[in-house]
Amino acid sequence: MSSARQPDPPAAQESSLAAFVRGVSTAWRSIFAYVLFATYIGIGALAHDFGFSAGWMVLSTILIWAAPAQVILISTLGSAALVDTAIAVALSSVRFMPMVVTLLPMLRDRQTRTWQLLVPMHLTAISVWVEAMRLLPMLPRDHRIAFYNGLGTGLITPPIIAGGIGFYVAGQVPTVFAAGLLFLTPLSMLMSITRNSQALIDRVALGLGLVIGPIMAASKVGLDLMWTGIIAGTIAYLVHRVREAMQ
Amino acid sequence: MSTAAADLGPYLALILVGFLPNEVWRLLGLLVARGLNEESEIVVWVRAVATAILAGVIAQLLATNSGALAAVPLTVRVAAVVAGFLAFLLIRRSVFAGVAVGEAVLIVGAVAL
Repeated sequence: MSSARQPDPPAAQESSLAAFVRGVSTAWRSIFAYVLFATYIGIGALAHDFGFSAGWMVLSTILIWAAPAQVILISTLGSAALVDTAIAVALSSVRFMPMVVTLLPMLRDRQTRTWQLLVPMHLTAISVWVEAMRLLPMLPRDHRIAFYNGLGTGLITPPIIAGGIGFYVAGQVPTVFAAGLLFLTPLSMLMSITRNSQALIDRVALGLGLVIGPIMAASKVGLDLMWTGIIAGTIAYLVHRVREAMQ
Repeated sequence: MSTAAADLGPYLALILVGFLPNEVWRLLGLLVARGLNEESEIVVWVRAVATAILAGVIAQLLATNSGALAAVPLTVRVAAVVAGFLAFLLIRRSVFAGVAVGEAVLIVGAVAL
């Protein structure tokens, strides 16, 4: 499997539809399409075990499109108070805000209307963002929204299907295999983000986040991921500024 | 099915306590991004924050103490990540090679121990 190192070469005078299709085909050459497929088989099986329907599972992927939030929703809706579930889901999804903030200035140009950014905003997930951060700078600006929508559509489709498939394999997956499925996401994310991190600031943020994340989680300060991001991200930014000043 | 989800209905619960508390962050990102330029210093900083948060998510998923992965000893998980990462670095920075090696070490280690 070749991971999508580059988008297909853009044709001259390409239409928006062609850019969208190119986004979809880029998504299906990304390792994330396969990792997400496997991950969502596990989440579908979980939804089955907690008594939800296949239709509910499919809709939750379309509407939420965030594996950690879906796992929390599925496993706590049965037992916790609604407000506790809502807070846990919200705390697990803080990452989307900085991701969307950094994405949108790359997508839009002067003619872009806000409504055109609503679909890209919703399709934003770790996988889509990681691939887009590397690929968007290579594309002409007026094709970026269509390409991004194609990339997001291509990456959300395997999980939608896999969530349904999970219902039919529920209870038949050995524990070791289930552990292997859950291991796919952090493993592939770590390498994809490393591959993206050409600049010093990205490498420092990645390395520090890996160390500070578990420390924050263990110290039970609350909002641990937000603090991880602010502390490790700010140190990385300062290192980057100091290095620039020295050059 | 739960009392809470049964009261509201699972689909209404999905919207109110699943979709909305998740989507609010994407929407806040949209509002904050208005008027920001991709070269501006604030965007450079926010991108570092986003990368650090993703690193934190990775570390927490690996070190989880719930679900099927918790049944695999932490030392095996760490060994599998390190082996996968080395394979990734050595084999032309191929994410596929790294994932294959990491998964193999995890499964062999989990079965052997």
